[in-house]
Amino acid sequence: MSDVTSISGVRSREAVEKSPRGTGSADHPLVQLTVVRLKEFLREPEALFWVFIFPILLAAGLGIAFRNRPAEVLSIAVVSPDLAQSLRQEKLLDVEQLSTSAAGDALRTGKVALLVEPGANGSVVYHYDDTNPEGRAAKMLANFLIPGLLGMNLMGSAIWGMGFAIVDARRKKLMKRLVATPMPRPYYLLSFILSRLLLLVIEVVLLLGFGVIAFHVPVRGSLLDFSLLCVLGSLSFSALGLLISSRARTIEAASGLMNLVMLPMWIASGVFFSAQRFPAVVQPIIRALPLTAVIDALRANMLQGANLTQVGPELAILSAWMIVCFGLALKLFRWR
Amino acid sequence: MPKQGPRDALRLCNLRKAYKDVVALDGLDLDVQFGECFGLLGPNGAGKTTTIEICEGLTSADSGEVEVLGLHWNSDAAQLRQRLGIQLQDTQLSDKLTVTETIRLFRSFYRQGPSPAEIIAMMQLEEKRKSRVSSLSGGQKQRLALACALVGDPDLLFLDEPTTGLDPQARRQLWDLIEEFKLAGRTILITTHYMEEAERLCDRVAIMDHGRKIALGTPQELIASIGIEHMVEFSAGGAAKKLDESALRGIEGIGDIHSENGTVQMQVTELHRAVPALLDELRRQGIPLTELRTHSASLEDVFVTLTGRHLRDE
Repeated sequence: MSDVTSISGVRSREAVEKSPRGTGSADHPLVQLTVVRLKEFLREPEALFWVFIFPILLAAGLGIAFRNRPAEVLSIAVVSPDLAQSLRQEKLLDVEQLSTSAAGDALRTGKVALLVEPGANGSVVYHYDDTNPEGRAAKMLANFLIPGLLGMNLMGSAIWGMGFAIVDARRKKLMKRLVATPMPRPYYLLSFILSRLLLLVIEVVLLLGFGVIAFHVPVRGSLLDFSLLCVLGSLSFSALGLLISSRARTIEAASGLMNLVMLPMWIASGVFFSAQRFPAVVQPIIRALPLTAVIDALRANMLQGANLTQVGPELAILSAWMIVCFGLALKLFRWR
Repeated sequence: MPKQGPRDALRLCNLRKAYKDVVALDGLDLDVQFGECFGLLGPNGAGKTTTIEICEGLTSADSGEVEVLGLHWNSDAAQLRQRLGIQLQDTQLSDKLTVTETIRLFRSFYRQGPSPAEIIAMMQLEEKRKSRVSSLSGGQKQRLALACALVGDPDLLFLDEPTTGLDPQARRQLWDLIEEFKLAGRTILITTHYMEEAERLCDRVAIMDHGRKIALGTPQELIASIGIEHMVEFSAGGAAKKLDESALRGIEGIGDIHSENGTVQMQVTELHRAVPALLDELRRQGIPLTELRTHSASLEDVFVTLTGRHLRDE
């Protein structure tokens, strides 16, 4: 016993002298956490498929389904000279400027597929005939598909990306292990958000690029506004994802909650068909959903060229979701 | 790391903790000195993990005092986190990261410590440094977990059952690594239910049962305290006659005798006298011996003597 102690005593002094304790390393914890998070995501082929490839396949599939004839010039009627002038720049549109009554007749008789009128606050109102397949197809493609899918993708990738990773780390006690280090806890959560925003760029560019190239989807608003909308949308959904995963200990529990939260929005928020089709009573609720707000704002930006002031209500709704969900999530978050 | 200030690396005083209706700790006192490797021994459910997690600041005690490196969790948490090395019982590190990536991540949380490459070399993981965690063996995973506990060059290292589930070779390799850290003069608190592990690594051990400390001392002291030097175990299978145990009790140096399913266990002080006498007696009774084993008394025997149960009964 005494022998052992004396040996260890001697070695101890040597060891301490040999390895100075301050071999500083330049890695910043937030950078490391974010890099690790990105690597974990990129090394998961299934997640890559669902986030990057699936939305494009869906867009392509729906696009083909609703496009029962090859792309051709679309006849539209316009009631204001200003609009007519701007719409004439679009190659695929045959723009006819008519009086309001003549335009209505033209639409009903199927002479034109779409009637465009100036609305309140510089917005644009579209009229089309439900029974005219060409009109519906045009509207599906131009107005609905790409912004709707973009919104859906922002929601899915944020909620799944955040939720599964957090619950998995908690289940494997990896989170508990990290909490046992000096890691600043806000960095852990921040790394999820940073990695999400970086992936967002790839995600949006891919889907939007596909929409523009394959379906000539217009992006009439400013690209900066468009990017800000995507970022705000993604942050709101990240907050929601964080809240959903703030306490769950099993993947099953988390995934049930995620479906519970997302399913109503997939149905009601106007991804595939207009939210206007739901009864008026539920309209205020539908409009308060974050996915509705994102999709409406993206549509206004892309199709009507709306600026951020014009989508003020949507921005307010998204910000409210973001703040409330983050606040609650931080309060409820279970670190082990 | 003797420093001026705190006398002990760890001081627990009258610690109590209950989970719902289960009492995990029932008034535990413990002192761990600087530079020693202290073992917490006991069966599952004895309160070892609760104790170590309270020391690690991951669980709070219902009552009692906890002083770690002379500091307290409620006022000095940030400082403590920098100075402690922690290995939890069942953490699964991220499968999709490589060994180097995992260590770099953990290293980034500490202000000081060896570089990731140094730690990898120290833990003998060089060949695996580019491998994903999912491809590591059990022993390699445990070495990686130990590496993550050592990246901050800790003054005090907590190891919660570091070798559970490993094969004997991997276990011995890990013991060597822990011993190196110990030889550098650092303090270790280790929980285990492997007696061998405690006897090999620990300067002192506390034996725990039902949330209390039932014995404390060096392994040698504890073994000596039960007054048994050796255990002799024999089977007399297929004997026509029943063994007359009372005749064995008369033999010099034989203490308690237990018999169970045809196996007889005896505590023996002087092996060289007792065994020949035992053989003579069995021959006299006409009982054939089918098996005879002896071993020196171990911490396991200490636990059995103190509680009447085996450590790994559960």
